[in-house]
Amino acid sequence: MSSRDAVLARIRAALVDVPADEAVDGPRPSEASPPRARVARDAVLPLLVEHLRDYRAVVHEVAPDELAGALAEALRRRGCKSVIVPPGTPVAWIAETDGIELLDDTTPLTVDRLDAADGTVTGCAVAIAETGTIVLDAGPGQGRRALTLVPDYHLCVVHAEDVVASVPEAFPRLDARRPLTWISGPSATSDIELDRVEGVHGPRTLEVLLVRPTPGR
Amino acid sequence: MSNGSAFLGLPAFPGAAREAVGNAQLRHNLRKATHTIRSKRAAVVGELDDWEELRAAGKAVKDHTLRHLDHYLVRLEEAVTAAGGHVHWAADADEANRIVTELVRATGGHDVVKVKSMATQEIGLNEALEAEGIRAYETDLAELIVQLGDDRPSHILVPAIHRNRSEIREIFLREMAAWGEPAPDDLTDEPRVLAEAARRHLRKRFLTAQVAVSGANFMVAETGTLVVVESEGNGRMCLTLPETLISVVGIEKVVPTWQDLAVFLQLLPRSSTGERMNPYTSMWTGVAPSDGPRNFHLVLLDNGRSRVLADEVGRQTLRCIRCSACLNVCPVYERAGGHAYGSVYPGPIGAILTPQLRGTTSELDASLPYASTLCGACYEVCPVAIDIPEVLVHLREQVVEGGGHRAERAAMKAAGWIFADPARLARVQRVAGRARRIVPRRLPGPGAAWTDTRDLPVPPEQSFRDWWAAERGRPTTPRSNP
Ligand code: SF4
Repeated sequence: MSSRDAVLARIRAALVDVPADEAVDGPRPSEASPPRARVARDAVLPLLVEHLRDYRAVVHEVAPDELAGALAEALRRRGCKSVIVPPGTPVAWIAETDGIELLDDTTPLTVDRLDAADGTVTGCAVAIAETGTIVLDAGPGQGRRALTLVPDYHLCVVHAEDVVASVPEAFPRLDARRPLTWISGPSATSDIELDRVEGVHGPRTLEVLLVRPTPGR
Repeated sequence: MSNGSAFLGLPAFPGAAREAVGNAQLRHNLRKATHTIRSKRAAVVGELDDWEELRAAGKAVKDHTLRHLDHYLVRLEEAVTAAGGHVHWAADADEANRIVTELVRATGGHDVVKVKSMATQEIGLNEALEAEGIRAYETDLAELIVQLGDDRPSHILVPAIHRNRSEIREIFLREMAAWGEPAPDDLTDEPRVLAEAARRHLRKRFLTAQVAVSGANFMVAETGTLVVVESEGNGRMCLTLPETLISVVGIEKVVPTWQDLAVFLQLLPRSSTGERMNPYTSMWTGVAPSDGPRNFHLVLLDNGRSRVLADEVGRQTLRCIRCSACLNVCPVYERAGGHAYGSVYPGPIGAILTPQLRGTTSELDASLPYASTLCGACYEVCPVAIDIPEVLVHLREQVVEGGGHRAERAAMKAAGWIFADPARLARVQRVAGRARRIVPRRLPGPGAAWTDTRDLPVPPEQSFRDWWAAERGRPTTPRSNP
């Protein structure tokens, strides 16, 4: 008998008390109850900002026509000389980045090249207000996972329409077949006497540009 | 150093606990840690007004999955395979170690980077690899401290919590050079500086690693997706940069559907680190074109789990998502420390999981079900509502049936530090005796005769936190530590 068959046989033997006709693949409790509206719709964006900041991300709220300027300003403030731009990044985002070298990952950059870059600019698939989380799905404008891991600085553009209130609401929007990275603040450790230290192996700075639907709100 | 064999020759729980109780540094560190995390947890759990429903959903999803575990494992296997991964089945620790060793050998590599994983600690993978000339590098900061210090983990979430900053500095200065990039000469004991030293020590290794070994917090049967929850980014490094990824995962980690995962991503971070969400969660399904490892192997580990499954009372133990919340509220753990439990699973969960995985034949394992006052605090905080006191009582019964009277007597006697203070014991009993809010269950089968003659543990009416605060005469806040 293969180990596969042996393990499955042991499991089946262990479950003799379970009626043979008990339903499998029925609705799960997690699907039966609709996503809860814990957060009022107009409170979602402020909550995202509050929770991102709570976990030490730097957040700026911008109007759509301010994005290119805010993005370039963030990179300059940080002193970035070269930043990685994933394939599929909207040209409008990077329209004002003169003087900053943009590294194109269409042909994958070597790990050393990633390591030498000053940062990475990405979009995201979903952001979750209740937890202050940004989810990347390696889609256009986000790129492969290493791009937001090796450089020490991650600048992320979040559009208001991609923000959901709660964790359960994020799942239907995400495709499990894509590699997903859920990011809630910069990397951190509390392993030494529970003192929180930001930045161990991942980017030590996470900066977010939240693009509001209408200016001046 | 962190496998089961490392714990061989340890004294049984009472002896090890007595030793730990006498260690002031250890007690101070543990107290600070457990109280801090406990308060953080309470704050973020309090933010969700439907926590009890989430907890019930987590329990229900896990129970359902366990009752049809064969079905969901086969679905998982199909989905992982369809996504380009390879699935291996390991009946026990030796087989899992052999599979991983052969997979590493096939790559031609002689070292692996590791993400913190309890399953690989449980099977003693690092030592098995070392015996075959393969070096495993732990990359989680706490695991690194434990590995460099040739030590054992003492807490599920913060395994090096028994070490203070100056000890960590000394370990880094003394040992890092033998494992790779040495620590800088001017290393101070500032946590920030120590974390920076770990970053530099591991940086090159991450960027050049060919093989990584991980565990997983969850696996989704429907999609074949694996999930690793972490904080530092070492997990992402291991899961993303190497060519080959080998994940060793207990068979109980599967959940049926993608949407089910939402329940656990709400329960785990809040229960574990006391955060709304941990800094990084990685999810991957087989191999992705031009992103991450090109070879992915999933090793499904039984190693005693199917035996736990067969026990209708003990089965609930397999719902555990290893959050460590039960450790942080346990008065026994706080005094005894993680090492006293003699396995990689300390605290209340260890007291019920280890004897079931390994059997109650050794004196240590037979003493574990007694490493509890049955106060019920662990049950109250458990995000999947495992009735740990119920399982403890059930296991005590087995110990007694197995001729364990001697062990029982020994455990009770040596655990005297719990019971030495008659006033405290009386208070525990009074609280337990007053709180009859939940009707005691009658254990099924042969257990019935036993429960009929004894009081079953019931959760205290007062929350444990309140009781503890009252007992200590002051509120438990993270800043109130001595
Ligand atoms: S038994 Fe419950 S509280 Fe303890 S680690 Fe497991 S899930 Fe967490």
